[in-house]
Amino acid sequence: MYETARCWWTILRIGLEERLVYRGDFALGTLMRFLPIVTQVFLWWAIFDTIQQVPGARSVSGGGGGGGAGGAGGATIAGYTLSNMIAYYLLSMVSRAFSSMPGLASGGALQIRNGEIKKFLVQPVDLMSFMLANRVAHKLAYYSVAILPFALVFFFCRGYFVDGWPAPSVLAAYAASLLMGFLLGFFLELSIGLIGFWFLEVSSLLFLYMLLTFFLSGHMFPLDMLPQPWRYLVDLLPLKYLAYFPAAVFLEKVTGPDLVRGLWIEAAWIAFFVVFARIMYDRGVRRYSGFGG
Amino acid sequence: MRRSAHYLQVLLTFARNSLIRDLTFRTNFLLQAFTATSWTLMNIGFYLIIFHHTPSIGPESGWGKYEFFVFLATTWIVNSLLQTFFMPNAHEFSELIRTGNLDFALLKPIDTQFLVSFQRMEWSSLSNVVTGLILLVVGLWHLTTQPDNPLVLTVGVFLLYTFYLLCGVTILYSLMISLAATSIWLGRNQTLYDFWFYITNFSRYPMEIYQRGWGRPLWGFFTFVVPVLLVINVPARILAQPLRPGSSVSLALALFTLVAAVCSLLVSRFVFVKALASYRSASS
Repeated sequence: MYETARCWWTILRIGLEERLVYRGDFALGTLMRFLPIVTQVFLWWAIFDTIQQVPGARSVSGGGGGGGAGGAGGATIAGYTLSNMIAYYLLSMVSRAFSSMPGLASGGALQIRNGEIKKFLVQPVDLMSFMLANRVAHKLAYYSVAILPFALVFFFCRGYFVDGWPAPSVLAAYAASLLMGFLLGFFLELSIGLIGFWFLEVSSLLFLYMLLTFFLSGHMFPLDMLPQPWRYLVDLLPLKYLAYFPAAVFLEKVTGPDLVRGLWIEAAWIAFFVVFARIMYDRGVRRYSGFGG
Repeated sequence: MRRSAHYLQVLLTFARNSLIRDLTFRTNFLLQAFTATSWTLMNIGFYLIIFHHTPSIGPESGWGKYEFFVFLATTWIVNSLLQTFFMPNAHEFSELIRTGNLDFALLKPIDTQFLVSFQRMEWSSLSNVVTGLILLVVGLWHLTTQPDNPLVLTVGVFLLYTFYLLCGVTILYSLMISLAATSIWLGRNQTLYDFWFYITNFSRYPMEIYQRGWGRPLWGFFTFVVPVLLVINVPARILAQPLRPGSSVSLALALFTLVAAVCSLLVSRFVFVKALASYRSASS
């Protein structure tokens, strides 16, 4: 038990040190990543102005709710006011900070291809545990630096969060959805990387996954905007937990029994992908043959 | 005269070599074309969803669904032209600087900027020109056949569109080569690529959306200092004419775009030559 903990701690520490080498470049890069939101603000501002001013436009509905950006105060699209929409984009960035796993699948597939995976077969370290610990370390390092630019942007944009902080119970559910988003993202992407045991090159598959994630996780727009058959189909997929779900929880678009059910379904997806990745790994290792030193 | 013919010959050789190289790996070529196209299709999906909720982008801006299709098509055509002809070269250029292989380019009896700008072409990126053209035809078809206030197109409009499309490509090329040239001073330019992506991101939307509140300084900066807002807006506006009747591109804007294209090219040349003067080879 103690040995395992010490092993994990070592992996964690190495990962942290590895990531904190280029701090400045990293913080600047994170800040720049918010730039596309600027164009999103103006795009949605124009769209909300349009549906506000054109009578009979499809999505106009009455009701209060002040717009932080001024102008289109009362108009809503799929239940989102302009402020909600901008807040959603900001929150989806937080979701993705937890659930995106840059280089996990491609790195895993590369290790299989170039034979680096051999060391996990001969050493008493489990590959999946190692990768998880390593990823936790990477994420911790990322947050320790990225929290500054994130805090700065959220402070400047606080006007868009018109309803203020949600209740503590909602915040707890939000934290849970973010943590589970991390786990789901990890095991989902690991499963794709492990396909490398069967196909040596997974980059095109990965691109497809990235494309689908961008569109169907809610990173590009709130999923509530999708027209009906699509909305239902997207609800059946696990991808929405990677960006849409945590943001919707924070904005209280998902509440009550729906929220509880959503969290349970997310947990079930995680369990599914843990088992799936484990089975794939065991089968893959049996298939694998390594030669030379 | 002989000199320009000579350059044309070199250019054609570059094009041929790149095509042969691309077609050597046929599956990879098709796969790249496929992924580029699916990315475009997804973007169109996003705007279809937006137009499911709103009749136009901006009140009385004239950018309705099919006008905006023309806008989007222009964006894809310009971007894929850049990705085909200049993006691989700008990337290669910074590698040449880092590895010191720029020495060989400098020694060749041809203009260095010409050589590093055109050497490699990525033909698979042209697939998005096709997607863009299809979208353009769909948009124009709907605009010219709509019952009230149909769009009237003439050959002159198409010629102007093509001309300003090329002006747009020139502006973005100048920006790209200037950014790439700065890697002579900076050593590496990974962040510069992100920078490029974030700057051009501003050009992908109608310029009216920035003309309000704290968007005005942004609009001014990206129109007059780094003129990326003109790149898509001017040609798309000439073709789709979002505020009919009467053209919505004023003569002043059109002339300014011309001046901006020429100035960008001159500035990029200046930056390139300046940067080359500071080049110190990296090899031993």
